[in-house]
Amino acid sequence: MPWPVILSVPLATHRYVKEGDTVSQFDSICEVQSDKASVTITSRYDGVISKLYYNVDDTAIVGKPLVDIETEAVKVGALEEDVLEAPAVSHDEHTHQEIKGQKTMATPAVRKLAMENNIKLSEVVGTGRDGRILKEDILNYLSKQTGAILPLSPTPEIVPPPPQAGTAPPKPKDKTLPVPKPAVAKPVFTGKDRTEPLKGFHKAMVKTMSAALKIPHFGYCDEIELTQLVKLREELKPMAESRGVRLSYMPFFIKAASLGLLHYPILNASLDDSCQNITYKASHNIGLAMDTQQGLIVPNVKNVQMLSIFDIAAELNRLQTLGATRQLGTSELTGGTFTISNIGSIGGTYAKPVILPPEVAIGALGKIQALPRFNAKGEVVKAHVMNVSWSADHRIIDGATMSRFSNLWKSYLENPASMLMDLK
Amino acid sequence: MIIRRAFDICVNKQHIFKSVVSSPHSTLSPFNLGGDGGAILKSLSTNVYENLAVEDWIHDNVDLQGKNILFLWRNSSAVVIGRHQNPWQECNLKLMRQHGIQLARRRSGGGTVYHDMGNINMTFFTTKKKYDRMKNLNMITKSLNKLRPQMDVRPTERLDLLLNGHFKVSGTAAKLGRTNAYHHCTLLCNSDRAVLSSVLKSPCQGLKSNATPSVPSPVKNLLEEDPTLDCGIIMDSIVTEYTTQYGLDHHIILIEPKDEATLPGISKMTQDLQTWEWVFGKTPKFSVSTSFKLGYKLSSAMVTLNIDVKNGIIDSCNIKLPQHWLPSEMSEHLASHLIGNKFCPSETTRLTSALLRTCPQNEELHHKWNILCENVASVM
Repeated sequence: MPWPVILSVPLATHRYVKEGDTVSQFDSICEVQSDKASVTITSRYDGVISKLYYNVDDTAIVGKPLVDIETEAVKVGALEEDVLEAPAVSHDEHTHQEIKGQKTMATPAVRKLAMENNIKLSEVVGTGRDGRILKEDILNYLSKQTGAILPLSPTPEIVPPPPQAGTAPPKPKDKTLPVPKPAVAKPVFTGKDRTEPLKGFHKAMVKTMSAALKIPHFGYCDEIELTQLVKLREELKPMAESRGVRLSYMPFFIKAASLGLLHYPILNASLDDSCQNITYKASHNIGLAMDTQQGLIVPNVKNVQMLSIFDIAAELNRLQTLGATRQLGTSELTGGTFTISNIGSIGGTYAKPVILPPEVAIGALGKIQALPRFNAKGEVVKAHVMNVSWSADHRIIDGATMSRFSNLWKSYLENPASMLMDLK
Repeated sequence: MIIRRAFDICVNKQHIFKSVVSSPHSTLSPFNLGGDGGAILKSLSTNVYENLAVEDWIHDNVDLQGKNILFLWRNSSAVVIGRHQNPWQECNLKLMRQHGIQLARRRSGGGTVYHDMGNINMTFFTTKKKYDRMKNLNMITKSLNKLRPQMDVRPTERLDLLLNGHFKVSGTAAKLGRTNAYHHCTLLCNSDRAVLSSVLKSPCQGLKSNATPSVPSPVKNLLEEDPTLDCGIIMDSIVTEYTTQYGLDHHIILIEPKDEATLPGISKMTQDLQTWEWVFGKTPKFSVSTSFKLGYKLSSAMVTLNIDVKNGIIDSCNIKLPQHWLPSEMSEHLASHLIGNKFCPSETTRLTSALLRTCPQNEELHHKWNILCENVASVM
């Protein structure tokens, strides 16, 4: 039946339901805006939305119906109309039954069911909102009276059939009394597959990764002993903090990579589309793959070859703050020449990173673990160990070059004092 | 001696001593909201999302039959837009991001306001039958008149409060549910007007939408009219008037919006208010039509941009620029990839930087692409 709603001012609407949805009485149907007030309109009936007269953002017309709801064929009684004005004044929707001075709330349909079965509403426990009595509550009450036992929860094992109560079940007083539904033996999975088209950033990643796949990758992995670096960082952390900068291990990894690139510039190069020319990039713009709320993002530190470890740490802090406040711009996100991914900060040891075109190499760092290792004297000591996995473009980089670069990078980190010799 | 002993006992049970003698504040469960016909609540938080969640919680969970509840709250810097408004149209999002000013969308209607610790928010909870905004505003003006009889503060038909008949010191909004309703309003006591006017000015050109627009008005702080006032004095005066009007005890209940035990379900409500889908995604559909000039070295080009946005997501996008400046495949490439992306500068930048990796390798083209993308992102 159509449900007229009289509105005194025109409105814009926001909708919670669509045609075909099942609604219960008191569910929210839509929200309307009128005179600085946002009003939630709720359903007066249980039923199915058969027609919506307006779309979201439409302006509703005063006096015309808002929605049609098809209900079951149960007589509801006199139609009460909802009148909304600004300031809003609404009709009291429930009819109250005063029993022992307490108001019990139930829809007219539920009341009829109770009356037909000689049930006092005051004796029924209401499980609906605000303690109102639902149809299910009446049925539960009835089933307890007739002695039928409804299993509490479905179990997959076979159970012996429940015993019937001693006396014969009383005849139902009214033929329209619905039979309680049979218990469900197994939990039924109602999940559905969800398909949605690939959009935006994911579409871009498909393109990037497809281009990356065209690069013949080779991998090279190694283990780095960071015991000395761990000690050094502990010493330098307070100094950096006194200057307002948080010092992690990344600035050391990045600087060591740049020092290595000075000796092996082919790793900081780019191959053109036709594979005819190699461009050796002068700047070491080292990218750091970051995991943010938005997902993967790769800002880069520009000109690492000119920066001190402290400068790199400060710049990383700045990029991290920008990343967290969603303010990273094109200058931070483009122009990278070499990338390091610190996947170990989330987890993992060895990885197989994919090169980000137009670069030709990438490194993935595993987590730093405390592991037993032999020292020079042959004794077992506690060592801080990290794994690195490099990938490089085999069209222009060979295994020997990658290995030598990695060894040099490793030597700087295993013996940080050696970095001082080559710092420019 | 007896007096001293009594004092020692009292000092040991400090909290009892306090509540008996001095402070009218106590931290009780909001379920004890009195058979005395109401309560006065004050938030311990200055987080706009937490406080908006408290409003929702009270609206959804408290039986207001025969009760009047007043909720007082203040927030650190934030812009709060109405339920049906467009944040791109109402405020300067870039400036807000730079200064760490939060953006919240409330569930009530009305226009956009700026909150900081110099602004008092008041929410009046009643049943839908007893909903009466003018009554609440009259109560506020009555309390202010008692406090400073010479200060001229009066409500208007639009339910604003005006100082000296000209300056807006308060804006109103409301929410009506099935049985409950609330009316909330701001009160400018000592807000930073420079920040207020700069963040409430949108730089967006060419935006067309049927979202509720705000009506800009000249504003003034009550403290500018009378420097002897402060937020505390004004709140006390309002509380006193409220208790007198409704016959309540002068007893303020402090609410901790992070307390899930006292307010079950509040953390989820607070989270929901912070999602992008709520703050930006609930914007009614709109379109942006604008043009800008791009320059690279000695060449320049006029670009026209047409974007339709639905639920905060780019629904259609059209970028027109001269072929000589940038190949049309590249601008079409950009336009087609923007569809389905959030209308958000950082999402756009992330997308365009990723797309750049597969563009033809040419320094000039890369620079022009970056300039174009930066300009497109700055529209958002």
